[in-house]
Amino acid sequence: MANINIQAPEVSIREVRLGSITGFNGTAKQLVGCAHNGELRDSSRSFSQCMGCSSGNALCQLAMITDAVVVNHAPVGCGGDFFGYNFVYRVGQMERDLKPAIGRYFNTNIEENDTVFGGIQKLESTVREAYERVQPKAIFITTSCASGIIGDDVESLANALSEDLGIPVVGCFCEGFKSKIWTTGFDSAYHSIIRSIVKPPRKKSNKVNIINFWGSHIFDELLQELGYEAQYIIPFSTVADLEYISEAAATIQICPTLGTYLGAALEEVYGVTEIKAPPAYGLAGTDIWLRDLGRILHREEEVEEIIKREHERIMPELEAYRKKLKGKTAYLTAGAAHGHAIIALLRELGLEVQGAAIFHHDPIYDNGDRASDALAQDVALYGDIKNYNVCNKQAYELVNILNKVRPDIMIARHGGMTLWGAKLGVPTLLIGDEQFGFGYQGILNYAERMIETLDNKEFVTNLAKHSTMPYTKWWLEQDPFTFLGGDTHVQNY
Amino acid sequence: MSRIIEQPRYSCALGAQQTVVAIKKAVPILHSGPGCSGKISSLIGQGEGYAGGNTIPCTNASESEIVFGGEDKLRQVIEGAFKVIDAELYVVLSGCTSDIVGDDIGNVTGFYQKQGKPIVYAETGGFKSNNYVSHDEVIKAIIDQYVDLFSSKAEPQTGLVNVFASVPYQDPYWNGNLEEIKRILEGIGLKVNILFGAESEGVEEWKTIPHAQFNIVASAWVGLGAAEHLKEKYDTPYVHFPYLPIGGIETSKFLRQIGEFGHLDKNKVESFIKKEEEKFYAHLERTADFMLEFRYGLPRRFYTILDASYAIGFSKFLLNELGVVPAKQYIIDDTPESYRENIIEEFEKISEFRSAEVHFAIDGGAIQEEIRKDPQKNRALILGSGWERDLASDIKADLLIVSAPITYRLVLNCGYAGYNGGLRAIEDIYDRVLDTYW
Repeated sequence: MANINIQAPEVSIREVRLGSITGFNGTAKQLVGCAHNGELRDSSRSFSQCMGCSSGNALCQLAMITDAVVVNHAPVGCGGDFFGYNFVYRVGQMERDLKPAIGRYFNTNIEENDTVFGGIQKLESTVREAYERVQPKAIFITTSCASGIIGDDVESLANALSEDLGIPVVGCFCEGFKSKIWTTGFDSAYHSIIRSIVKPPRKKSNKVNIINFWGSHIFDELLQELGYEAQYIIPFSTVADLEYISEAAATIQICPTLGTYLGAALEEVYGVTEIKAPPAYGLAGTDIWLRDLGRILHREEEVEEIIKREHERIMPELEAYRKKLKGKTAYLTAGAAHGHAIIALLRELGLEVQGAAIFHHDPIYDNGDRASDALAQDVALYGDIKNYNVCNKQAYELVNILNKVRPDIMIARHGGMTLWGAKLGVPTLLIGDEQFGFGYQGILNYAERMIETLDNKEFVTNLAKHSTMPYTKWWLEQDPFTFLGGDTHVQNY
Repeated sequence: MSRIIEQPRYSCALGAQQTVVAIKKAVPILHSGPGCSGKISSLIGQGEGYAGGNTIPCTNASESEIVFGGEDKLRQVIEGAFKVIDAELYVVLSGCTSDIVGDDIGNVTGFYQKQGKPIVYAETGGFKSNNYVSHDEVIKAIIDQYVDLFSSKAEPQTGLVNVFASVPYQDPYWNGNLEEIKRILEGIGLKVNILFGAESEGVEEWKTIPHAQFNIVASAWVGLGAAEHLKEKYDTPYVHFPYLPIGGIETSKFLRQIGEFGHLDKNKVESFIKKEEEKFYAHLERTADFMLEFRYGLPRRFYTILDASYAIGFSKFLLNELGVVPAKQYIIDDTPESYRENIIEEFEKISEFRSAEVHFAIDGGAIQEEIRKDPQKNRALILGSGWERDLASDIKADLLIVSAPITYRLVLNCGYAGYNGGLRAIEDIYDRVLDTYW
């Protein structure tokens, strides 16, 4: 727990802080065992495809604070993700009945001269221009590979500008080359919020923080019934909202891959208790989570009532879905914590999980509590998962595996992966909203969508017939992990 | 002048990965940070194509490559790419990390070139330029390091031309535009190396670049670098039509200029033009009553917030064929100084009776602030990007999204170039206008 130091400008990367890895080939049980015994070792790939980087993930949390702006200190290409998040932001506004507003993101446009003479002046004039144009309540500066390597002193400038402009101007250090785990960018964004925006609590409120992306508001009803109010963070919050997330009664994680750092920091620094149980996916997982929630909010009895009531409500439908899905096989690719969640859902519904390619693995979260290990819980509740691989979005490995495994359905939880299922004629499902599968109702929601997808073979069958494959025949015949962990298999070529 | 950018509409030098993706069975290999490729695809990469998007091999530079250099890592990824990715041409592109720390990617790539592998490289560190500029650089790299191997005894082939007319993916309608340009040039009797997209023969076609009788640049300034280079290298002359031809008047003008330059059979050129114009104007005439009579309001002024080629092309088209008059025109492609004068001249003589004001600006946020200050006395049309959504609704203008980012549209082979593109533009503009009524 010594990981949280809100005086430091930067949070250390996940590899260092949590011992996280991006390469593993084995079973889920083996991975959990290694992680818990401190025996986890990373493997690198000698061939790799493009991944994501921290700066994108940092922006994803900072871009939707409604009265803040983001200044990206980088060459213009790094601002390539601005519009994507602006689009997400605007869709979220529609869903929340907010007035349409454009995301205000600025790029300092680092050019060749700046790499020689430094880009700090450009950064200063960009921050000042952004302030003039928008009059925001806070300005976040996201860094880049270029600004990091040329050594611009962003922290000193940010501090000086904070004083001058009278609003928080905060450095968010998220250079892409620093970490192979792009979710480190979430930690960077949260660190910049907790160290510069969040204030010590004045009192305790009855709000419960929900660290989420921009998913649906499924917690309103539940928390209301328990006498609490849901407060969804960080997207769609104002700077003022964020100042007092320290006053909340508790913090709920929708996905600890996302919120590990913020949840732990809020607890450690401001005493906001984090619900440690893994997010509520699957029947048993939801029971465990609800009981943890009840304990922390002092609503044990009410929660038992809800568990009983909800079991009664969903069981008939759940049984019917289980019958339909029995014996179907699935392959999964997703980010870490949410991948563990989907495994629980699939197993709960009686599917056979033939394997999973999960983007990284955090052996422990920032709260240091083993109870939060969702994969360990999956293994304990439903048994081992064979062919559990840690694979950071390496499509070539995925295609190779899918081509051999040929599941009835492929579940993907990130763009750019579904295509490979479809090209092989495998029905593929991607659900964007993390909250969709959450809780008891979530099991039914997911089941319905899976049945729909399994039933709809026309599109993928036809697409597969007319698809090209950019991978060589040689590759598709190799062991999928040929390039993982050194060159051991490469002599086969 | 301030160089900051709110609302980016183009990418960095590494954005030329999309130039490679647009060549059939070519694949870029990035020697860059882990997130670069995805950010480029997100702005200008609608659709993965054959081996774009998440398929793109990348060294994903980490701290150790910054400290100790990344040439070994690059070697590994190149060797992996040869084995794993089924491609006919591999193009190594460096990013900021590699170019700042000074990896010698030429040396690394050279090793494989000597083995006869179809591989070339270009230094495209993001800070060096943008993807308009690097588009030409990558074309030159492919020509010098690969195409040139097949150029011995390069006899010019009569009637064969190379076309440089669009920056694939940066121009969201590149595929459709190039299809139409190829169609009309074939119509006047040429054999066309269109080089990118569905109508190209891919790498085999690139190999015939040195054999062209002449080259055609249909663009304000991008492509001139490649054409100049080919002139020096193979003595191939080129003809420059300084914008994208859209609609009847400009397309005919384009074809006549090409015909004259290439000494093509005048009868053939004219008879093709006649046939195409008849079709084009039959449609325009058919709908003229709508344009003259529609009582509830059609746009009467237009703003363009586009790259130079589109801005000139659309301005001439809208004014001369649809009678919509120019408000301010903004050119957002960071046009190099030396090309600006010609562009200003094009706007000065935009029609027989009129000239238009043009501004060079890369900061979309500043452009929008200026437009918001304009008096909006009558209905305006904005030709811009997805960033213009709120601006358009706030000033009650109609918006046709032509520039990246185009997120609100899905583009397959839609194009605005040529005769067919002109008709498509009319449909799309008035479709949006009519769609504003309940």
